[in-house]
Amino acid sequence: MSASPKPDQPSRPMLRFRGRSFLALALAPAQPLEAWLADLDAWLERSPGFFTGRPVILDLSAAKIPVADLGSFIADLAGRSIRIMAVEGIEEGSLGLGLPPAIGRGRDATLPEAKPAADEGSKQPKSAPEPVSLIIDEPVRSGQTVFHPRGDVIVMGSVSSGSEIVAGGSIHVYGALRGRAIAGVANQPGARIICRKFEAELLAIDGLYKAADDMDPALHGRAVSARIVDDALVVSALD
Amino acid sequence: MAKVLVVTSGKGGVGKTTSTAALGAALAQMGQNVAVVDFDVGLRNLDLVMGAERRVVYDVVNVIQGEAKLAQALIRDKRLDNLALLPASQTRDKDALTEDGVARVIDELRQKFDWIICDSPAGIERGATLAMRHADVAVVVTNPEVSSVRDSDRIIGLLDSKTLRAERGERMEKHLLITRYDRIRAERGDMLKTDDVLEILSIPLLGIVPESQDVLRASNIGQPVTVSGPDSPAGRAYAEAARRLKGEALPVSVPGERAGFFGKLFGRRAA
Repeated sequence: MSASPKPDQPSRPMLRFRGRSFLALALAPAQPLEAWLADLDAWLERSPGFFTGRPVILDLSAAKIPVADLGSFIADLAGRSIRIMAVEGIEEGSLGLGLPPAIGRGRDATLPEAKPAADEGSKQPKSAPEPVSLIIDEPVRSGQTVFHPRGDVIVMGSVSSGSEIVAGGSIHVYGALRGRAIAGVANQPGARIICRKFEAELLAIDGLYKAADDMDPALHGRAVSARIVDDALVVSALD
Repeated sequence: MAKVLVVTSGKGGVGKTTSTAALGAALAQMGQNVAVVDFDVGLRNLDLVMGAERRVVYDVVNVIQGEAKLAQALIRDKRLDNLALLPASQTRDKDALTEDGVARVIDELRQKFDWIICDSPAGIERGATLAMRHADVAVVVTNPEVSSVRDSDRIIGLLDSKTLRAERGERMEKHLLITRYDRIRAERGDMLKTDDVLEILSIPLLGIVPESQDVLRASNIGQPVTVSGPDSPAGRAYAEAARRLKGEALPVSVPGERAGFFGKLFGRRAA
């Protein structure tokens, strides 16, 4: 780290920058903040650790929190294991030291294409378009998370208690759904969750969720589909 | 070709060590050269169940750290001379197991034995992941109750991701061994049904071992139940499980149930 390079060292690779796009979860708080935080706590109680290790962007376009209060609000979130990587929807160009960087609307942001070095360029696979659906032939076991923010997830086997599927689009499970299914995270209120045997711990579509306790016991064990109707998550039997 | 088999479960107290000893002895009784290896460093038990606790001189940690040769640490069974035990250390902890060291010991055992049976510690931490790391085959020991089944499910997920076989993109052969099965409690509905366990875990069934005094007695006198009571229901269940491990297609039976029912059960799951 500290030693300066010796002149006879082999040539080092060139400093390179690459553009990389991620899908981050966006949290958009609303005033009054105390009530919003209480709602968040209620959600976290049902889904502890949901945000842990995931990139989260704070969208302040609705809440209009003064910059002076932002530090303590971000600390409040950090206390709930939510780490904010950037702040969106504020007027100020920069938030100053100690606060996450401000960014523009995620969708519109562009990065210059990084040109790979000539010698490696041929070896790198052409960036094929990502498949929209992810098909999983194996059962999803307890403790496993399937995170596919770009499209649908199709599981041919069962989804065990204590596992989690997060999909940008819809989730189809051809076995029993016993874990959590979180669909439509890519702003897709039209996403659905469909399974052949319904014993889920939690269902969520586009941020609206239902825990096992809130679900109709008559649906337990049946083939069901879940979707959003008039801003409510509706679970109904398929047959 | 030597086969490395891990006996694992996630949850403690379900019968991993008992099953390791019983399957190891049963395979040895079939004429195979077998080594059983205790990976539960710090909570050594397999030596007791095998009745070899007074003969432990060197252990697996000594071999890994180069303080003893493998041949010095292996304890030959008094009853079956093609069965050997590599004991764990009781005075160290799991950090004494190194990835390279375990690889070396397993490689050396592969030269000498047909079967290397690794008795995994409970949990999903270092000891358990190192015990499964080199396995070709896994026996997942499960009791018919919800917490054991969920922990087994978690372990199966790890077997499919953290083992060398999984990392090379090969399939890991996995078998379910249901232990401490109590027919009366199952009939009363106090235990999960075998069908439900199989449906949740969806791996082939290797055998169902009944809860029995014979198993307890065998452990206390330091004999694998396949040696002390080969004709007891538990002894027979283990012996049949060992034959299935060798590739025999035997229908799975449970004492007290009609054969037809389990014939169907096995036929459905043994694909």
